[in-house]
Amino acid sequence: MLETGKELSFEAARMALDSAGIERKDVDSVVLGSAPDAFDGVHMKGEYLLDGAGGYKRRYSRVFVGGATGVFTPISAWWHVASGLSDVCLAVAEEKMSPLQPHPQYAFWSIFDHTIERPLGVTLLWIFALEMRRYMAAYGIKEEEIARVAVKNKSNALDHPCAQLPAKITVQDVMNSEPMVWPVKRLDVSPPSDGAAAVVLCSEEFARKVTKEPVRVAGCGWNIDSTYWTDRDLCYPQYLENAGKMAYRMAGIENPRKEIDIAEVYDPFDYKELHHMEGLQFAKKGEAAKMTASGITERNGELPINPSGGLLGVGNPIAAAGMMKVCEIYFQLTNQAGRRQVRKTVHTGLAQAWGDLMQYSSVLVMNRR
Amino acid sequence: MPSRKKVAIVGVGISDLDPLTAGYSTKELMFQAAKRAYSDADIDARSDVGSFICCAEDFWEGISITDEYAPDQIGAKLRPLLTVSGDGLLGLAHGYMHILAGVSDIVVVESHSKLSDVVSKQLVEELGYDPTYGRPKGVGSMYLAGMEMRRYLHESGNTEEDSAAVVTKNKNNALRNPRASYGSKISIKEVLESEEVASPLKKVEVSDSCDGSVVMVLASARQAPKFTEGPVWIDGISWFSDSPNLEEMDLGQAAYASYSAMEAYEMAGITRPSSQLDFAELDDTFAYKELEHIDSLGLTGPTKKKKSGQFVSSGKADPDGALPINVSGGSLGMGYFVEATSLVRAHEAVLQLRGQAGSIQLSNPRKCVVQSWRGIPTQTGVTAIFSK
Repeated sequence: MLETGKELSFEAARMALDSAGIERKDVDSVVLGSAPDAFDGVHMKGEYLLDGAGGYKRRYSRVFVGGATGVFTPISAWWHVASGLSDVCLAVAEEKMSPLQPHPQYAFWSIFDHTIERPLGVTLLWIFALEMRRYMAAYGIKEEEIARVAVKNKSNALDHPCAQLPAKITVQDVMNSEPMVWPVKRLDVSPPSDGAAAVVLCSEEFARKVTKEPVRVAGCGWNIDSTYWTDRDLCYPQYLENAGKMAYRMAGIENPRKEIDIAEVYDPFDYKELHHMEGLQFAKKGEAAKMTASGITERNGELPINPSGGLLGVGNPIAAAGMMKVCEIYFQLTNQAGRRQVRKTVHTGLAQAWGDLMQYSSVLVMNRR
Repeated sequence: MPSRKKVAIVGVGISDLDPLTAGYSTKELMFQAAKRAYSDADIDARSDVGSFICCAEDFWEGISITDEYAPDQIGAKLRPLLTVSGDGLLGLAHGYMHILAGVSDIVVVESHSKLSDVVSKQLVEELGYDPTYGRPKGVGSMYLAGMEMRRYLHESGNTEEDSAAVVTKNKNNALRNPRASYGSKISIKEVLESEEVASPLKKVEVSDSCDGSVVMVLASARQAPKFTEGPVWIDGISWFSDSPNLEEMDLGQAAYASYSAMEAYEMAGITRPSSQLDFAELDDTFAYKELEHIDSLGLTGPTKKKKSGQFVSSGKADPDGALPINVSGGSLGMGYFVEATSLVRAHEAVLQLRGQAGSIQLSNPRKCVVQSWRGIPTQTGVTAIFSK
């Protein structure tokens, strides 16, 4: 709580540089990801965080795609390097939600259309409750089936050193928790958080100099749907299917269910994990709940999903949460995940984030040869 | 560094530019510019474009996560789109990288201004200061500009008359540009005798707000020859950020301009900018900034001395001078479009290189520089080299 956004950015950037065994002098460009300026009340937040993130006297820019920013930031670093303009690009994602009191939710009031939506006093919880309800109705999914995701992720988070809400809970605990906006209950939702995470991307040539075991960016994709969320069927994230296919095409993946070994999908709400598994083609439409019930997505299951503990367990510092997922895939692929390490050998992993008005997804596929 | 002539601008569109666009929403301005750019390039954006880049900042829009409102009106629904929290020229840099990285052969870049919806531009700018160390001083945005102007004049040896000459030149240039809103005949003496906003900065030395949207279509070298209009190549582009902290800023130096220009020149193979470039569109958010940027970009010839004042005052930066600077009228003449400012000027540069600038057309220009600064309180900017 005491650190400024600059300090959070600095700590993450420092850790990433140390982990790569390089210094800031080796970095020729920096990309920052951070969600609404309204959290901090600072205009041009990217400029404000610049020195903390290591962008001082560098080519520096900020990309911003709402909640999808965290996974998008390393994607942006990828094109800095892949274009040949950069050799080493530092990607930093920061979020400090706590300055906005009494609750960071107030920042989201201003994401809605000023004429047709804001007068309704609509909040994020309302629209996600609508989406959850629609998802349940379209495929006949029960609240108890969705709650299993919260149980799994909060339990996984017990092994994460940064976790904010790790817990051993039961489906019944989720069902008994306070209703926020039905069918969303307290334990279906991730908390507001402060945090930062960072990764270093570099050319293959540079990578050979600093590590024997680089993780490669195999594919990336991103996609946006219409602003007019009221005109879309919320039961299926078509934009995510598009983003996933863009990434799979680049990575040469034809059957994601078989070829992806491990995934960190965006789970600010438990139903979102299921929604995203379907968009990513891990499960057929409406069948992700069954897959979860069968244990396939447990840490030691056939397709581990959110072994980190996800946003539900670790926390949801918006942009930093997406980057935390990218870091987790890196740790898993390089066998550095410690107690969170999945039992099976993993070569190809995926991180995904989601944002804007239920309309955006970014997907990053990474692999180890 | 990749060599030049790999990425081209093959379509441009600009909305009507007006200080008050009461009849249009931001989305409608964007649609207008997009429609014009897509018909200029003769493409169907909904199928031909592989990446859309929008440049905007939340507080200017009055929206949190302004990215949400970008897709529909530019044809990006269910397509790859992203927002760069930076100026339009930085968006162009990201588009440039997308093409070189193989993301897509055709990329669209958009930026816009709806400053007429902003109740107080200055209050928004002041929210850009560090909340702990910058704001309690009560330092207004104009105060910082005035302070920098004084420092710059002191260091460079340029005078208040030189800065006033920039106003006279740019506002006069704007009179002949049909897209410029703030043209006028104003003498150096009139500028010097006019109202001050933060000594020594005069009110007429500050560019006024304007609304508008610009859309540009970029293509790879492979695709560029297929377009009707002759391609305008991005020979070099780079960007740079200095310190965001007031206490650490090298006011009067514009390191963001000199460093980004150095890299862009290197990419473009420019060693003698003053003779290799045919014209320049430089940031003139404040009149003295044009002088500072002329110096930082080395446009007055092979000298380390800051001779920009004399350069402008002696007419060398006039449309018929040795190196015309801001023939469009610049921001002082066309207006200030927040993040779209640099893209409005890049649009002017493209028209010049294509020979489509009409009443302000220069005689057969082949190469130019376009340069941006993100405004108070930043030390961030982009430099790009275009050629035909």
